[in-house]
Amino acid sequence: MISAPAFLSNPERFMAFSRWAAPLFGGLAVLLAITGLWLGFTAPEDYQQGDTVRIMFIHVPAAWLSMFAYFCLGIASFLSLVFRHALADAAAKSAAPLGAGFTALALVTGSLWGRPMWGTWWVWDARLTSVLVLFLFYLAYMALRSALDDETKAARACAILALVGLVNLPVVHWSVNWWNSLHQGVTVFAKGGPKMAPVFLVPLLLMVLAYMAAFGALWLVRIRGEVWRRRADAALSRLART
Amino acid sequence: MLDLDFGKYEGFIWAAYGISALVFVLLTVASLRFSAHWKRQAEQLKAQEDARS
Amino acid sequence: MSLAWELLKRETALSWGRGGGPLVSAGFYLGVATLLPLAAGPEPARLAAVAPGVAWMTLALATLLGLDRLFERDYEDGALDLLTLSPLPLEFVCALKCLGQWLATGLPLALAAPITEIALGGSPTLAPLVLVSALVGGLAFAFASGIGAALSLGARRGGLLTAVIVLPLFTPPVIFGGGALDAFASGLPWSAGFVLLCAYAAAAIALGPLAMAAACRNALS
Repeated sequence: MISAPAFLSNPERFMAFSRWAAPLFGGLAVLLAITGLWLGFTAPEDYQQGDTVRIMFIHVPAAWLSMFAYFCLGIASFLSLVFRHALADAAAKSAAPLGAGFTALALVTGSLWGRPMWGTWWVWDARLTSVLVLFLFYLAYMALRSALDDETKAARACAILALVGLVNLPVVHWSVNWWNSLHQGVTVFAKGGPKMAPVFLVPLLLMVLAYMAAFGALWLVRIRGEVWRRRADAALSRLART
Repeated sequence: MLDLDFGKYEGFIWAAYGISALVFVLLTVASLRFSAHWKRQAEQLKAQEDARS
Repeated sequence: MSLAWELLKRETALSWGRGGGPLVSAGFYLGVATLLPLAAGPEPARLAAVAPGVAWMTLALATLLGLDRLFERDYEDGALDLLTLSPLPLEFVCALKCLGQWLATGLPLALAAPITEIALGGSPTLAPLVLVSALVGGLAFAFASGIGAALSLGARRGGLLTAVIVLPLFTPPVIFGGGALDAFASGLPWSAGFVLLCAYAAAAIALGPLAMAAACRNALS
């Protein structure tokens, strides 16, 4: 039995795998999203939140994915730093814009949910602020990547920055316990099992899976593009030499 | 029963779904175009190289 | 040990002299503090409410001054190459550089912070906590910002990039310190925020040099 990163570390094998895995994940994402949205829109209105509970089905998955994408970015950066593997660096580089997109979605949908529920677009509590900081980390990562011309140096510098930023993730996750605020506490993973009614929990989990599948598909597509870009770069420098 | 009548929250809910859909479309189009562009580029350069050797 | 002492003296002297050193930082600090009443209005009640926060945030911003030269100068003239060859581990050298930066700019700014806070109309009873927070927070800022400075070595527009990298790293200490000051000002238990600030400073001092040294080695490779 060969482990997944080891199996995919070979670029040829990765390209062969992602060729069918990317569309598969994409199709899976569409199916899961359709099911999740159908169940979500047929669910009864929440007695407290009314119709706005529908925003939860796209806000919570985006918030989870903003952290999940950073987690993937961190792992890929670690692998690229330790094994100096080009594919791991391509994976890290490709995860950043996707993660930034999910983080922006989490912030915007959260704001659109907060306005009718709390009567304000934005609350400066630790959790929201941490997500904003996560967004800034994505921006800093992409800025550093584009400011360094030497690609191997950029890869290592960005990997170091990603690992430094990884200490930010626990702060995002646990800050909700440090500060009491308008933001509701952790509902899904609260002590004693989920507190949410199954009519809401099932579509929510389906949407989380849909977002994850979509992230997987887009990630694979971007890594493929990155591999081709490097092949084109290599071919160009070979052509220039002869 | 499909419930698409959101009463007074209509604006917020449609805006949230609209923006999410827009971001997904943009991310998908950008990723596919990026990938397709460099695939074409890599194959062209490979063909050039093969032609030269 | 004497080698480390010499290096610390060199770094402190360089930070002190680097483009005006503490004078520029203090000037920037006072300038921002002066602009606040002009921007937000001179009503004492309003100023007093934000005085600790402004004194605290301006300190974080003032740390960014001179940061782009922390590693860049040694990188350009080759001194960084020599420092990697020294018997001291590069991690230790980086820590000394940050410590020198703090001694030359963070320490004078920390002394100015309570004065600014009082001048803006904040409560004098708050001044000791502002001073201690500024001392501890300045260390955290110096070590966190060193990471950004080392990572943007050799980058285009390094100075601006350093700020973009460093400012997200500043958020936890700014929150903790600001929280402690805020709690103290309103008579609530303030020790939690202060302890977290100290913890962040300790983590930055322990882990920052590892990242800085790795970034320097990468830039020099």
